[in-house]
Amino acid sequence: MELFTNQVLAGIATGAIYACMALAVVMIYQAIDHLNFAQGEMAMFSTFISWQLMQWGIPYWWAFLLALIISFFGGIAIERLLFKPLAKAPILTNVAGFIALFAIVNSVAGLIWDFTIKQYPSPFGSSPFLGSQLISTHQAGMIGVTLGLLVALYFFFQFTRIGLAMRAAASLPESARLVGINTSWMIALGWGMASAIGAIAGILIAPVVFLEPNMMGGVLIYGFAAAVLGGLTSPLGAVLGGFLVGVFENLAGTYIPGVGNELKLPIALALIITVLVVKPAGLLGRPIVKRV
Amino acid sequence: MSAVEEVVTEAPAVEAVPKRAMTLGLGTSLVVLAALVIAPLFVKNFIIFQMTMLLIYALAVLALNILTGGSGQFSLGQSAFYAVGAYTSAILMEHVGMNYALTLPIAGIICFAFGFVFGQPALRLSGVYLALATFALAVAMPQLLKLGFFEHWTGGVQGLVVTKPDAPFGLPMSQDMWLYYFTLAIGIGIYIASVNLLRSRSGRAFMAIRDNEIAASAMGVDVALYKTLAFGVSAGITGVAGGLGAIAVQFVAPDGYTITLAISLFLGMVVGGVGWLPGSIVGSAFIIFVPNIAEGISKGLSGAVFGVLLFLVIFLVPHGARQVAMVAQQMLGKLKKN
Repeated sequence: MELFTNQVLAGIATGAIYACMALAVVMIYQAIDHLNFAQGEMAMFSTFISWQLMQWGIPYWWAFLLALIISFFGGIAIERLLFKPLAKAPILTNVAGFIALFAIVNSVAGLIWDFTIKQYPSPFGSSPFLGSQLISTHQAGMIGVTLGLLVALYFFFQFTRIGLAMRAAASLPESARLVGINTSWMIALGWGMASAIGAIAGILIAPVVFLEPNMMGGVLIYGFAAAVLGGLTSPLGAVLGGFLVGVFENLAGTYIPGVGNELKLPIALALIITVLVVKPAGLLGRPIVKRV
Repeated sequence: MSAVEEVVTEAPAVEAVPKRAMTLGLGTSLVVLAALVIAPLFVKNFIIFQMTMLLIYALAVLALNILTGGSGQFSLGQSAFYAVGAYTSAILMEHVGMNYALTLPIAGIICFAFGFVFGQPALRLSGVYLALATFALAVAMPQLLKLGFFEHWTGGVQGLVVTKPDAPFGLPMSQDMWLYYFTLAIGIGIYIASVNLLRSRSGRAFMAIRDNEIAASAMGVDVALYKTLAFGVSAGITGVAGGLGAIAVQFVAPDGYTITLAISLFLGMVVGGVGWLPGSIVGSAFIIFVPNIAEGISKGLSGAVFGVLLFLVIFLVPHGARQVAMVAQQMLGKLKKN
């Protein structure tokens, strides 16, 4: 039983990483209706920016804040320059665009900061949390920040004018335009916010997985899986999905014989597909109703 | 083999082409075919090998085109079917000692069955959810091939070495050249069969499902059957391509069939034009040669150069090579009118 509790705790700790990433994925999905395959690379780039700022002697929290602002405007710039012209192109062409962005960001980061692994500091320290060996204060802090972000997003979308406008632009663009919402800029704003949330995710993840241009590869796959599991239309679902994927992955690795580190991912994915076959819209997602 | 009739998805925003202009499509097809037949006589073996790979990837892109362009289902798992085909051929050749040409239909049939079975759970999923499910398949495949349980057959992480066949009947050509013509013959056969498939009753059923599933089922199309069938056919063709690939590369190993391959095939389809079968070869050329060109322009930034080139292509022609063909045809039509 103790093994079980420990594995669940460890799962929650890694799940926090996935939850953070899944939140960014859902955020952009809400705004543009696509999964952004380059999300992880954008987050990695933001993390490198904050690292570079710290190397120049700027204190942690200032670097954090500056990186968020740069990411926010960077996200908007990417949307304006690269994806707005593609708005009318077929969906699959857009997906190819994300893959191209992925290749560009990864390669540029590799050129500027090279591929050696770098240490990244944590603001929470890494001593054991509440006497438990399995969760460090950093991981506890990460869970706290993820939940805080979730609450903040909930308030933003439910109770502010601009949050309401963004939701309107995403769900009924035509009608939203009729009541005077600039839907095109709402999409850009969605990109900016997703990019900033990605930056937070990256900065929180970096102390755990270390900083290097390919650090997000694995994390993004789990983030997607978590977002789809929880339901792509629900930020709460995404966070829940993240924790669930983390726990599943750990339990499968512990209890199913013959499952080493290599088979963890396929098993987690298989489980997710099973859930999807039963509940196609994800755990907390709204089923899409089509009019015929 | 005229270009316009193979178009299976909605045309980009250009006017319908008058019947007379269709000779352009036929003419182009014949020129391309002639070039493919004659070219190997004048180039080195390594380039012949690259051309063989071009044809093999074109087949795999064609298979994805039937699935996505034809029946409207999205797949990121093509590398898994390709791997199964490659391993089937390799195991039959090396462990059973079967003739290489005979292994290909078997690879095709096994992959067809695999795709058909995989299509069953995929029936309930669509869009991003289907993308994730097929993606999971692609991620799992290399790990499954490495399992100790299959190691006796698959050779585990090390993989299997495949012997390259000689030209039969004492024909005076190199192994590479023979394999090229062999691949070309199979490729043309599958291409003609695919074009006919999409024009047939089954092909129309695929397209009806793609355009409106509910309307299709109201018209009496068995949606579940045709969706899984599309997966099966696509997997089968990919399997044959995989088998050919194993023979051409002379080697199979789990790490040759990762998700990167599936993403490449997807890019090939987009660049060639979704749903336009002749575009498959253009897409295949893009995924084979552009990474090399990018590497040539800048070693350190090859990824960035590749991304920029890809962006250029999708900015200029969002509908891929098909859009180019459409515009060319339209211009020729206008010239004839004047």
